[in-house]
Amino acid sequence: MTNTIVKAPAAEVSFIDEVCSIPGGEAIRSCIQCGMCTGSCPTASRWDYTPRQVIAMVRGELRDELLSSNSMWFCASCYTCTVRCPRDIKPTDIMHALEIIAIRDGLSTKRSRTPVMYKCFVDSAKGNGRVYELGMMLKLFLQTNPFAALKMAPVGLSLLLHKRMPLRPSRIKGRGELKAILDKARALGGAK
Amino acid sequence: MRYYSYFPGCSAEATASPLGLSVPPVAKELDMDLIELEDWNCCGSSPYGSVDKLEATCMAARNLALAEKRGFDLVTPCSSCYITLDGADSHLKEYPALRDQVNQALAAGNLDYHGGVRVRHLAEVLYSDVTPDVIGAKVSKSLKGLKVASYYGCQLVRPAVGFDDPESPRSLDELVASLGADVVSWQLKARCCGGSLVMSEQDLALELINKLLRNAQENGAQCLVTPCPLCQINLDAYQSQVNSKFKTNYNLPVLFLTQLIGVALGIKPNALGLQRNIVSPMKVLAPYL
Ligand code: SF4
Ligand code: SF4
Repeated sequence: MTNTIVKAPAAEVSFIDEVCSIPGGEAIRSCIQCGMCTGSCPTASRWDYTPRQVIAMVRGELRDELLSSNSMWFCASCYTCTVRCPRDIKPTDIMHALEIIAIRDGLSTKRSRTPVMYKCFVDSAKGNGRVYELGMMLKLFLQTNPFAALKMAPVGLSLLLHKRMPLRPSRIKGRGELKAILDKARALGGAK
Repeated sequence: MRYYSYFPGCSAEATASPLGLSVPPVAKELDMDLIELEDWNCCGSSPYGSVDKLEATCMAARNLALAEKRGFDLVTPCSSCYITLDGADSHLKEYPALRDQVNQALAAGNLDYHGGVRVRHLAEVLYSDVTPDVIGAKVSKSLKGLKVASYYGCQLVRPAVGFDDPESPRSLDELVASLGADVVSWQLKARCCGGSLVMSEQDLALELINKLLRNAQENGAQCLVTPCPLCQINLDAYQSQVNSKFKTNYNLPVLFLTQLIGVALGIKPNALGLQRNIVSPMKVLAPYL
């Protein structure tokens, strides 16, 4: 669906326009607040604001309050809300859009480890061209709670013993080209 | 012989190595030529798409561009890679501004993408192209008597609609039935296991995994089967964590779809990576090996 509502002047782009400008975010204005998304969400009990409330807050311009909450970071991308929403809104895509804006604006919460986990993942994927799971997990624990690593140790060890935890990263040959592509993307910077 | 470009995904090389091992021998038996996409990179998976949309789309697009040069459908056994690559392809078609930027970026790596690749999940290819009937005809060791709960997880059937029902899917059940096994009917077969949140919000993920294992066990499953590496790792490698947290004593092997099919086709356990499963499937599979 295309966004037919006239955009606010560039100097003061409203929060809802900001969310609408991200692919997948445009249908948010047609939400009828039915609550189907919240009722379908396997993790909603942990969210500061439920999925339905998140949509209402975007429309109500409660920007910083929402972006600094833990809400969208609990989205597990199960897409149940997306296939059930009676208005064809894609709440999953909207949660991802909010995560992007929260990280970009430095508002992402410290009460969830998910933002740091995602960033470690991205660094790993960028550097090698492939994700190195052991490396990213170690980095995640060092950056958040090194003691939590102890809780994870048995899982890591059993993966290692079952030849499922390589000690060296896999790297692509075209790392130079990949870097050039990503550098160019950063320079273009528009579709964030 | 059917030809496809093959995208294993990062975890098939590491934490999901039983998947990476079991796909090629099964494909060979089923007359599929899966040609690994040369120098593929990380799909640009959902964590990436939650940090930077343009860069994530570029990661996916490099793979799409490499696949387009070759011309076959791009097949991946990973549900997360599947929706990431497919989602990027549809976003590139739907949003001309994004497409322009991505192609400018790709040009810096001497590539371009014109939207000519069809992204497919291996489970869907097995179901739609190879078909349960043909697989059934090739079974050399019927899994008769083995009670299998098919676990679809999320991203094989959602958000994409078309190949199977997003709420009560049947494709894996039909594939399992074609092997001669007994299909367990259970309610949570397409509910969420927590995905990658198991790394950042372990308590929450363990709760979800516990619900799934309980529901499968209560309905009589001797093992589960799933195509998805994230689901397999959560249910298999974290099963002992669930047991200690919830004082349960699950001992439910979780097989990759290609491992189960491989057993029925008579492929050797070593070639299917069966000894790499954390919860050993050897006992329940013993009558069929
Ligand atoms: S299910 Fe759709 S319409 Fe209903 S509250 Fe959620 S986003 Fe709004
Ligand atoms: S996709 Fe995210 S928001 Fe939607 S139901 Fe699943 S976990 Fe909840």
